[in-house]
Amino acid sequence: MSKHYLSQDTKKCIGCHTCEIQCKLNKNLPVGPKLCQVIQVGPKLVGEIPKISFIFMSCFHCENPWCVSACPTGAMQKRAKDGIVFIDKDLCVGCKTCVSACPWGAPQWNPNIGKVEKCDYCMDRIDQGLEPACVSTCTTNCLSFGTVEDATLIRRERHAASVSSFDENS
Amino acid sequence: MAKSSVYSVCGMCSVRCPIKVHVNNGQVSFIEGNPHVPAMKGAVCPRGAAGIALINDHERPQTPLIRVGERGEGKWRKASWEEAFDYVADKLSKIKEEYGARAIALTDRGGPFRDIHRAFLRGLGTPNYHNHDSSCARNVQHAALSLTGMGRKAVAYDLKNSRHVVLQLRNILEAVNVQEVNNLMDAMEQGCKLTVIDIRSNVSASKANNFFKIRPGTDYAFNLAVIHEIFDKQLYHKEFTNRYIEGVKELEEFVAPYTPEWAEAETGIPAFDLRRFVKELAKASPSVIWHPGWMAARYLDSFYVCRTIYIINALMGSYGAKGGLPFVSKPGDVGQKGLKSFMDLYPKPEEKRVDGVGWKYKHFEEGPGLGHLLFKAMETDDPYKIKAYIAYRHDPLMGYPDADHIKRMWEKLDLLVSVTFSWSDTAWHSDVVLPLSPYLERESIIATKNALKPQFFVRHRAVEPAYDTRADWEIISGLSKRMGLPELVFETPEDVWNFQLEGTGIKIEDFNDKGMVSLVDKPIYKDFDSFKFKTPSGKIEIISKNLEENGIASLKPYESPRKPKSGEFRMTFGRCALHTQGHTVNNPLLAEQMSENVLWINTLEAQKLGIVHGERVAVSQKGYTETIKANVTDLIHPDAVFVIHGFGHRLKVESRAYGKGLADNNFMSGGMEIWDRAGGAVAYQEHFVTVSKLTN
Repeated sequence: MSKHYLSQDTKKCIGCHTCEIQCKLNKNLPVGPKLCQVIQVGPKLVGEIPKISFIFMSCFHCENPWCVSACPTGAMQKRAKDGIVFIDKDLCVGCKTCVSACPWGAPQWNPNIGKVEKCDYCMDRIDQGLEPACVSTCTTNCLSFGTVEDATLIRRERHAASVSSFDENS
Repeated sequence: MAKSSVYSVCGMCSVRCPIKVHVNNGQVSFIEGNPHVPAMKGAVCPRGAAGIALINDHERPQTPLIRVGERGEGKWRKASWEEAFDYVADKLSKIKEEYGARAIALTDRGGPFRDIHRAFLRGLGTPNYHNHDSSCARNVQHAALSLTGMGRKAVAYDLKNSRHVVLQLRNILEAVNVQEVNNLMDAMEQGCKLTVIDIRSNVSASKANNFFKIRPGTDYAFNLAVIHEIFDKQLYHKEFTNRYIEGVKELEEFVAPYTPEWAEAETGIPAFDLRRFVKELAKASPSVIWHPGWMAARYLDSFYVCRTIYIINALMGSYGAKGGLPFVSKPGDVGQKGLKSFMDLYPKPEEKRVDGVGWKYKHFEEGPGLGHLLFKAMETDDPYKIKAYIAYRHDPLMGYPDADHIKRMWEKLDLLVSVTFSWSDTAWHSDVVLPLSPYLERESIIATKNALKPQFFVRHRAVEPAYDTRADWEIISGLSKRMGLPELVFETPEDVWNFQLEGTGIKIEDFNDKGMVSLVDKPIYKDFDSFKFKTPSGKIEIISKNLEENGIASLKPYESPRKPKSGEFRMTFGRCALHTQGHTVNNPLLAEQMSENVLWINTLEAQKLGIVHGERVAVSQKGYTETIKANVTDLIHPDAVFVIHGFGHRLKVESRAYGKGLADNNFMSGGMEIWDRAGGAVAYQEHFVTVSKLTN
């Protein structure tokens, strides 16, 4: 069962792309594949403010992953102990079926080796008690890594604070 | 080899964030923010993360190089360090003998690690040290000095405790200083308001409570109307104003005609919105920060924009206030002996500066002078000849306007040396390239940070250089040895640091645990009751004696900027989080993220020209043209076009940057002559271009 959850506080994200760079360094990736990516939407004028949405996209590590079902060689797998969806590159034949199967574009193509790369929450790091590379040095700490339960509670608490503000200006 | 980690200082931009560098088998494996600095929150910005790609990149000068062809032709011979030092020292000695030491000049990009190369200049006997600041924050510095007698760094920006932050000449969320970003974010989480005044919607504006899209060049009008409104509604901080500001009456009279309605016609910002904003601002007083700016070398009246910013901060009582602009402490303020200075080894040269600062222009601060006037003197030989020039970690050909003009200014130089870790237009045009090790491969001298919590900090070498490059102190030692300055010759970094720490009671090992040594336990907010500004009256002086005596108005009447003619746009530029001006554009990881800039152009103007979003267009000025993709958007003022600065590289040795994007500095013809006589800085945004569809 999927244990981990990576959440983004979009209010704090400034679209700086540090997450992508740390990810690529940690996985030693060539130009091209981005296992996580911040997609900018906007700016769009909302009232007087030119709002920008920066949306962090990597892999959702689904309970029933399309990519794992689609993979003909068994390269794409789900780690039993914590539900991390990862790829064993020794088994990947570069057929790209997972790329077609994933609705969110998570599996990425590595042109140098002709195989797929995918976010694995930096298994190497989390097994050492570290955070995923993208989370670890996020400029504004807008990315956090924990459990789904933690993340939903944080969202509820923030929303509660916003609707019951004691700020004199509100 | 074992894994290890070292505390160091980032060198990807001029912020110099404290970092922790992890090393595995002699290779840098990971860089994170120094965990001992709370506001870093363990973070680095994208450039900081990409530092690993900088040292792994072979597209940088790898050995000393001596030019064999014409300047700029790119024909080099590799040289050993011994040979390169001999070559440079021989030329410097001959120039010194024939023209005097004053004929030797150096420019750098400022910062905390300058003491040793400035000492080298003093040792030689030349007064001609300059930094890049006349292309950056000189107006801010001179504005601060003109009002308070203190420089811009005498105050901290206490963002974390602020209640209202105004950004006008500063884009905190894109020109990233990690600690500032996090302190601002924390404050906003606690209800701090953010107001952004800009000609276009930047990332900071996207998070703001108020965004004012101002007509380019009318910031001074906006600020004068803000001061008018503050007086009109009696919203100033009365205690502070009465006690600490001299010339309030003159100021109030001066701003009388500058009503919000008058400003609306100039700026395009409705008077109603300005009034609402001023009311909000005053509500947050004194925990207000109207940031006086970083890159303020914009318009011919930017100096006065900076002055009005400081004046508004004063009227809000921000000076000395928590959440405002509290005063920083120096080591001496907290009873700590300062670092021993290399510069103090030698007397200050008595010769007058070649740029005229201090004698021809008495209202300017001497320190870093005015770089553009140094180059002017190279061209005119007035007041005397400059024959040797060292560009120290500085690329004036991209950083100042009109590179062709600058190259002509440099024609009479007998020696042009670049000390640099990356290729640059200036390095390519030099006679000798002395390759500096990138920051992860070099250590630096110990530096002082004057702050609420003052400290000494040091940059440690994380890994050994990949190529035949050297650290600053090694380069200065090599030259000093040959120039008869044995005091500046050091064998090891420990020797350098021990020199600096002599008498401080602090040891080199004290830096190992955190990379820094704090001189106090807690931030010190200085006792304000006994505070005196460094002016003759001890107060903030609205009428500056220094300015007035030099024929410069303290309160300059507003002049409306020229509007672009039909089909013309004002050329404007700025920063983004991914790049530090020109020197990161060829970084493999950062180039992948952003390899070229785009031209922001207003939707209605683009429609008039038949330009659609994403189309490649021609930008022209006086017969010179470059092409660039158009970013058609409602969110830029129609009078201006905008690009991120630093692109348009033309050196084939930078394969990833070569030929990508447009160089705004190429559209500033004659720009070395357009500078602010009051504030000293070059006015970069006083240039106009035309934009057109490409013709086949």
